[in-house]
Amino acid sequence: MVELSVNFAGIKSPNPFWLASGPPTNSGEQVMRAFDLGWGGAVWKTIGDPIVNVSSRLGAVDAGDFRMAGLNNIELISDRPLAENLREIAEVKKRFPERAVVVSLMMESKEDWREIIRRTEDTGCDGLELNFGCPHGMCERGMGSAVGQEPKIIREITAWAREFAKTPIIVKLTPNITDIIEPGRAAVEGGAHALSLINTIKSLTGVDLDKFVPYPVVGGRSTSGGLCGPAVKPIALHMVGTLAKDAHIGVPISAIGGISTWRDAAEFMAIGATTVQICTAVMHYGYRIIEGLIDGLSNYLEDRRMKSVSELIGRAVPALVDWGELDLNYRVVADINPDTCIGCQLCVVACDDGAHQCIYVAGAEVKRGHVAPRATEAAERLAANPKYRVPWVDETDCVGCNLCALICPVPDCITMKPIETDKPFESWNERIRKGTAVVPGGLHD
Amino acid sequence: MGESSYSRLKQAQYHELKMTKSYSLPTERWEQRFSEAQPLYTDREALGEAHRCLYCVDAPCIKACPTAIDIPTFIRKIAEGNLHGAAKTVLSANIFGYSCGRVCPDKVLCAASCVLKDYPKPPIEIARLHRYATESFLREGRRVFSPAPPTGKKIALVGAGPASLACAHELKLLGHEPSIFEKHHFPGGLNTMSIAPYKMQADDALLEAEYICNIGIEIRMGVEVGRDIDVKSLLQNYDAVFIGAGMGGDTKLQVAGEDGPGVIGALAWIEQIKTTKRPALNGNIQRAFVVGGGNTALDAARELLQLGVPHVTMVYRRTAQVMPGFRHELDAARREGMQLLEQAVITEIVRDGPRLKGARIRVVDEEIFMPADLIIMAIGQSIGREALSKFSGVELNSAGEVQVDPATGQTSNRRIHAGGDATPGIKLVVRAVADGKRAAQAMHRDLLQSAKGGK
Repeated sequence: MVELSVNFAGIKSPNPFWLASGPPTNSGEQVMRAFDLGWGGAVWKTIGDPIVNVSSRLGAVDAGDFRMAGLNNIELISDRPLAENLREIAEVKKRFPERAVVVSLMMESKEDWREIIRRTEDTGCDGLELNFGCPHGMCERGMGSAVGQEPKIIREITAWAREFAKTPIIVKLTPNITDIIEPGRAAVEGGAHALSLINTIKSLTGVDLDKFVPYPVVGGRSTSGGLCGPAVKPIALHMVGTLAKDAHIGVPISAIGGISTWRDAAEFMAIGATTVQICTAVMHYGYRIIEGLIDGLSNYLEDRRMKSVSELIGRAVPALVDWGELDLNYRVVADINPDTCIGCQLCVVACDDGAHQCIYVAGAEVKRGHVAPRATEAAERLAANPKYRVPWVDETDCVGCNLCALICPVPDCITMKPIETDKPFESWNERIRKGTAVVPGGLHD
Repeated sequence: MGESSYSRLKQAQYHELKMTKSYSLPTERWEQRFSEAQPLYTDREALGEAHRCLYCVDAPCIKACPTAIDIPTFIRKIAEGNLHGAAKTVLSANIFGYSCGRVCPDKVLCAASCVLKDYPKPPIEIARLHRYATESFLREGRRVFSPAPPTGKKIALVGAGPASLACAHELKLLGHEPSIFEKHHFPGGLNTMSIAPYKMQADDALLEAEYICNIGIEIRMGVEVGRDIDVKSLLQNYDAVFIGAGMGGDTKLQVAGEDGPGVIGALAWIEQIKTTKRPALNGNIQRAFVVGGGNTALDAARELLQLGVPHVTMVYRRTAQVMPGFRHELDAARREGMQLLEQAVITEIVRDGPRLKGARIRVVDEEIFMPADLIIMAIGQSIGREALSKFSGVELNSAGEVQVDPATGQTSNRRIHAGGDATPGIKLVVRAVADGKRAAQAMHRDLLQSAKGGK
C-alpha cells in the first residue's frame, strides 16, 4: 500500500485531499458526510461576523459541451451565527479526530482577531487559515483581498495571529496581485507556518445581451466576482510553483485552484504542494469524487514505484526555471502520423494563419533543399487516391511551436520529435555572461 | 402536430401566394399516426452535436453535398448560438435545406465523408443539424432573400417538385418571372406526396414549398402541360422552359390478376396515406407483400408495420447484397419485423372472384403460394416518356429520361432546360435541388446573352 498520509506544518491528515473553504464546508452536517466518504481534511467556510448574502450568486463559463469550466461567485463568508459554526466544528473534530479540521477566519481589528482565534481554537480544530483572498464584498470592507494585496498588512495581521494562536497558521493568498512572491514572503515574515493559494481571481463571466447586465444578474445589476474551477488551474500552478521555487518561502503549501482529478492533484504536488484543496469539482460532482482522487493517486504512485506521497512533493520544482535558463539549442519539429490522421486539416490552417507556415497538403511541392520526410509518401498516396488528405511538415521551416499538436483532435497523431543539433546546451543567460547575447536585425544595426 | 403551424402560415401569408388553385390537406390523415423517427433536436442536443464538429479545412462533407452547403460554417454558427445565420448559410446554398435535413440520406453523402469516422467516432449528424438550423426559421417565415430588379424575362416550369421550385427560386432571385405548371393539387411534388411519414409529413413539406413560393413564385395548380396547355404555346409565351416533371406513375408488374382490389402501386399507396382522409385498410390486413428492393419498397414496408400489419414480407427478385435500397434502411425495416424473401418473383396474383387471395411466387427454383390481403408494387416509377415526348426537340435517352448537359441542364432544345428525376442520375431531393439551381443559373446566362445579342 502506498502511504498517502501527510504532515502539513504539524497538521496530520490521512491523505492530501482537503475540501477548500467554500459552500461544501458550510456546515457540520456537510463536512461529516464528506469525511464519511474519505476526505482527509476540510477548511471550514470562512467564519467572522455573519454577513448578508445576495440572491443569484454564481456565474460560469462553459467550454463547448463541458459545463462550468470556470465558476465565478459573489457569495461572502459564512452567513451563519458564529456560535453555531463553532459548535459544529467541535462536533466534527470530536467525531473525526484523525481528520484535519482547519477553520478559515476573517476579521478586521486586532482585538477581534484575538477573540475569534481564542474561541475557534476552543473547538479543538487543527489549524487556522487566514482568508486574505476574497476578492468581492469583503475587500470593500477592508478585509479579504484588501489585506492580501498589501504585503505590509499581511505581515502585520499574520504576526497578530501568531501571537494569539496555539495551532498552525496558514495564510491564504489572493492571486489578484502582480507578483505572488511579495505577499508570499510577507506572510512568511509575519510568521505563517504554511501558505495556501490561490483564492479566486477577480472576474466577470459574461453579460446578458438582452438585459445588458453582467452575470450573475442580481435584479438589474451585477458585480465582479471570483473565478475558480478548471479554468484557473494554469494560474494556480504557476503561483504555487513560483513560491515553491522561492528560497525565502520554505513553508509547506496547500494548493487550491482548478483541481478536479487525481492528475491535477499530482501535478500540484509535483510542483511543490503538500496538500491540495478542492471546492469547484465538489460543487459540480459531489463529495463522491474523493474515491477517484485517492484511488487514482495511489495507483499512479504505485506505478511510479513511490512508497509515499511525500516522494512526489516538489519533484518538478527543479525543472521550473526562468526563460533565460532554457536551452536555445534544443529543437523539436512536428511529425504527423499518416496512419492516425483523419484529414481534418486544422493543422494546415493553424500553421498557415497562426504559426510559421510549414504544413502542406499532400501533393504540394517541397522547397529546394528542405527536409520533409513525409512529403513523397503523401504525394504517392494522393496520386493513388484523390481524396487523400493527410498533410506533411516541412521540418526545415518548422520552429517546433507545438500549435499543430495542440489543436489536432486526434490524441498523439501529431507528435513533436526532438532533432539532434550537435550543439551543446546554451542558454540566453549564458550568452549574457559570455557577452554574446546579441541578435542581428535590431534597432541599432 | 404540424397542422397548426401550417394553418397559421396559411392565414398569415396565403394572400402572398400567387396560386391559381387553392388546396387543403384533410385534418385527419393516416400519416399522422406515425411518429418521427428522428425528432427535431432540442437546443441542448443541437449544441452538443454542433460542438463535436471539427470545423475541417476544405471540408470533405461540402464536396460530398450535391448542393455544396458550407456545412462546417453552418454548424459552427449553431455552436455559436447564431441560429439565424446558420439557416442563412444552409438556405443560400440549398433552398430545400429544411426537407433535405429530414429526408437526405446523409449517411451515404456528407456524413459518409465526415473525417470523424476515421477517429473512429460517429460522424456528425449533419442532416439533423440542417433541420434544426432551418425549422424555426421557416416556421417564423423569416425572409433572407430578395429578388433582383425585374429583367422582364418569363420562364415556364413544368412540375412543382423540388427541381422546379429550386430553379424558380433561383430565377426569381436573379430577377426573372417564373411560372410553374403543376398537374397535381399540391405543390412540392414527391416531397409532399411520397416522403415516408416518419421522416416528414405533408404539412411540413407544404410549409417549405410555401416558404419558397413566398418570394413571388406563381404556381398554376391542376394544370398539366401537354393536356391543359400545349408545349408550343409555352415556348411562344415564355422566354425559356424548365422541365422538372419528375417521373411517371408506378410501374406495373404485368402479371395475371394484378388489376383489382388489394393491389396498389407504392406511390399511389403513400400518396393516400399522406394526402387523403384516412383511407381504409379494410380493417384487418394480416399479411402484406411489398414487391421491390428499393428505398420506396422499404419505406412502404416500414409504414405497413407501423400501421399495425402483423406480417409484412418484402418480395425481392435478387439478393440483399445487391439491393438498391440503403443498407441502414433495410436493417431498420428488419429490426421492425419485416421478412425479406430474396430471389423471389411473383408469377401470378391469385383472386377468389375479385377478392385478393395471395400470390404464386417463384423462390429460386421452387414455386409456392403465399396468402396476402394487400400487395404493394414498389418496383419503380415508370419514366414519363409519354409526357416528356411532347417537348419538341428534346431528346430522350434509351431509358426515356431527358438528355441534358450535366453542367447546365440544357436539353437538345437550347430554350429548354431540365433537371431532377426526369433526367438521368440518382433520384434524390438534394440532387433535384442542385439541378434546378444550376439550370437557373445557366438559363440566366443564356437569357442575358440573348438580351444582349438578340435571338
